[in-house]
Amino acid sequence: MSKLPSNLLDADLNSPPDQGPLGNVAHELLSNSWAFFWPKFYAYKELHMLAEQRKHSLAEALSSASKSLCILSTCAFSLLAGQAYGQVGPAEKDELTFGFIKLTDMAPLAIAYEKGYFEDEGLYVTLQAQANWKVLLDGVIDGQLDGAHMLAGQPLAATIGYGTQAHIVTPLSMDLNGNGITVSNSIWEAMRPNIPMHDGKPVHPIKADALKPVVDAYRARGEAFNMGMVFPVSTHNYELRYWLAAGDVHPGFYAPERGDSSGMLEAQVQLSVTPPPQMPATLEAGTILGYSVGEPWNQQAIFKGIGVPVITDYEIWKNNPEKVFGMTEAFTQENPNTSIRIVKAMLRAGKWLDDNNNGNREEAARILSRGAYVGADYEVIANSMTGTFEYEKGDAREVPDFNVFFRYNATYPYYSDAIWYLTQMRRWGQISETKSDEWYIEQAKRVYKPAIYEAAAKGLIAQGYMNAADFPDFDTESGFRPTTDEFIDGVPYDGNQPNAYLKSMKIGLQ
Amino acid sequence: MTEHLGTVVGTRDATESSTLSTSPAQWRYSFWAIPIAAQKMLRAASLSLVGVLLFMLLWQATANSIDTSLGKFPGPVQVISQVQNMVDEYQREQTRRVDFYARQDTRNHELLRNDPNAEIRIRDYTGRPTFPKQILTSLMTVAFGFALAMLVAIPLGIVCGLSESIYSAVNPLIQLFKPVSPLAWLPLVTMVVSALYVSDDPLFEKSFVTSAITVALCCLWPTVINTTVGVASVDKDLINVSRVICLPTHVHIRKIVLPSAIPLIFTGMRLSLATGWMVLIAAEMLAQNPGLGKFIWDEFQNGSSDSLSRIMVAIIVIGLIGLILDKLMLTAQRYISWDKQTLLR
Repeated sequence: MSKLPSNLLDADLNSPPDQGPLGNVAHELLSNSWAFFWPKFYAYKELHMLAEQRKHSLAEALSSASKSLCILSTCAFSLLAGQAYGQVGPAEKDELTFGFIKLTDMAPLAIAYEKGYFEDEGLYVTLQAQANWKVLLDGVIDGQLDGAHMLAGQPLAATIGYGTQAHIVTPLSMDLNGNGITVSNSIWEAMRPNIPMHDGKPVHPIKADALKPVVDAYRARGEAFNMGMVFPVSTHNYELRYWLAAGDVHPGFYAPERGDSSGMLEAQVQLSVTPPPQMPATLEAGTILGYSVGEPWNQQAIFKGIGVPVITDYEIWKNNPEKVFGMTEAFTQENPNTSIRIVKAMLRAGKWLDDNNNGNREEAARILSRGAYVGADYEVIANSMTGTFEYEKGDAREVPDFNVFFRYNATYPYYSDAIWYLTQMRRWGQISETKSDEWYIEQAKRVYKPAIYEAAAKGLIAQGYMNAADFPDFDTESGFRPTTDEFIDGVPYDGNQPNAYLKSMKIGLQ
Repeated sequence: MTEHLGTVVGTRDATESSTLSTSPAQWRYSFWAIPIAAQKMLRAASLSLVGVLLFMLLWQATANSIDTSLGKFPGPVQVISQVQNMVDEYQREQTRRVDFYARQDTRNHELLRNDPNAEIRIRDYTGRPTFPKQILTSLMTVAFGFALAMLVAIPLGIVCGLSESIYSAVNPLIQLFKPVSPLAWLPLVTMVVSALYVSDDPLFEKSFVTSAITVALCCLWPTVINTTVGVASVDKDLINVSRVICLPTHVHIRKIVLPSAIPLIFTGMRLSLATGWMVLIAAEMLAQNPGLGKFIWDEFQNGSSDSLSRIMVAIIVIGLIGLILDKLMLTAQRYISWDKQTLLR
């Protein structure tokens, strides 16, 4: 343990009482063994001792007449300490537990922990893998987890009351893109003749038009065509449905007002929930014929030879919002400084991940392949993290934006992103009635909190970790991305007009 | 009853040679007449060794021929190399732990340097629990669950054994709940614990309480049944004695019923502990209590090429611990139980 320099306050701290040669040796041994076996207790003992001695000598130095001076000086000291944290106050709660699911896009959490960004903010974070998305959401709602890596749809669904009702908010989008749709080997063989080829390789993006004849053949035989996704309000569910609907395959409606939450009403393809790590196993078993999931589970299928990824969500909707960091509204109200500091640490992690044109991704993949985080083999994770995506065996293509953690303002919580998910919830019937445009915008504002993001970004700029150019212009940012039509079917989306957007969809409720 | 184990050279007649107590003079002639108990032990030990070796060979041969999508099924060789990996991982984790406290220490000294009155806090290491720590958590959970179960089961069993009418009333419930699997209890227990066990600074984690209660619910039943039978089958003569000398009920229970029923109670407890240990692993997987069950579940979720071997290591550890727990109960039973004639396996 390091000893403080003795020029501070002249207190004689470092000489233990003389207990004779044997006693001194015993004392040395004992204190060293404490330090080895129980570092926490030893640290506490030593610091407590030092603090006591400090207080004692300080009390002697200051007389009662200069008590006001004392108060002033402590105020100054705490202000200085405040300055050290970059104009954000000290964290109210510094021992935090965050949940995550074993997917590569939990990377910002892992990097913020491993690189010490959380500790720089004075936060002691424990990262806990959760069994599935439901357990994770329940953990956040009942307070066991202070925050979690969540699907973009989860805070929205919880706040509007689909599933367990709870006011969950998010100040930070963790990443863009990162998902894929994989089908089993037999389905791929059946699809292949329907896909346009160029130089002997399939032309990407592969639309669901190639899947439609296969689905029709199954239905003609009276067999169910099952596909898996990770959660009823997951981005994967909406992307899979979007892709299927764009190819004129009906994925089914939800009817919660009638008690039907299976999502299979009028469905040509039956979609059901499977936790991500179990998807390759269920695909192999034949229980499902395809799934929509994040990485590494698509590349895992190709590596183990059990399936073929057909499309990434980058091709379904370029730069779509994927995961968010969710906390309860109560937590952000009770711990505002903590929330800002969490966002600061994760912003730094996101920037590190995208730095140098994805230069740090290999190191990130190594960290993620540890059992504590994602745990899959390094080769499987490295593929997509470093910007290569393998479709068919041997057909690897460059997709540098497969995972985007910081560029293109990936981390800003745009209201228009929230509204897109809400429109999809309405499209498939999870929201049972037509709602006004104002309702959509109001719900988005209840859940997405760009104010916390702004405070965090300004803190980082003040500390010099980032530049103002890394962030959107906070003075003019409205929270709505410009109208975009970079979807697989080219239908334009404007966040300010959700109902008009719903009406422009061929399959789906309005 | 006695076996004469070696050739004895010398003048001894048949009757003498058939007894166990050979005199020292005769021992030097029968150098392979080593004490019988030791030879029996040696025989048992060598046979079990042969059994285990044959099993390992069979296992390695079968494992090499099974190819799963996560790699080959792990054989003994892979398991042993994984053990080495896990030891390395443990040491790396310990280094990270020490680094964490060193960093915290530096930060705290920095704070004290700026402001001697600053409130400094020492926070616990935030890394994940190591494999030995997970084993410890599992053991504590099973101990807690088992104790809870025994607190309920033994009094219930005694009451049921003493009173025929109470037994008839309670028996259908016992038979109904006995076959229920822990996985069926778990969602209910989780909801109840979430609702009732609320506190700002809980002594136990919710997952710990959930797992312990599930273990308790599933391992009560063998003890209840065995205790009931034990209490009901007290020797009639002893009951008559207590009637004759008019023993008050509590003395009757303490002096006659309980000692008489101890062997069966202990049998029940052994069965309960074995069931409890099995149930614990399943309960931990779902309740996410950080013990061996969670270790296996996390490894399965990881889906790396090492996963199957690590799961096999965990299985072997679970088996070994179950064995040790059983042996402990057996030893306890040998000391406490009066019925030395019963062959205790």
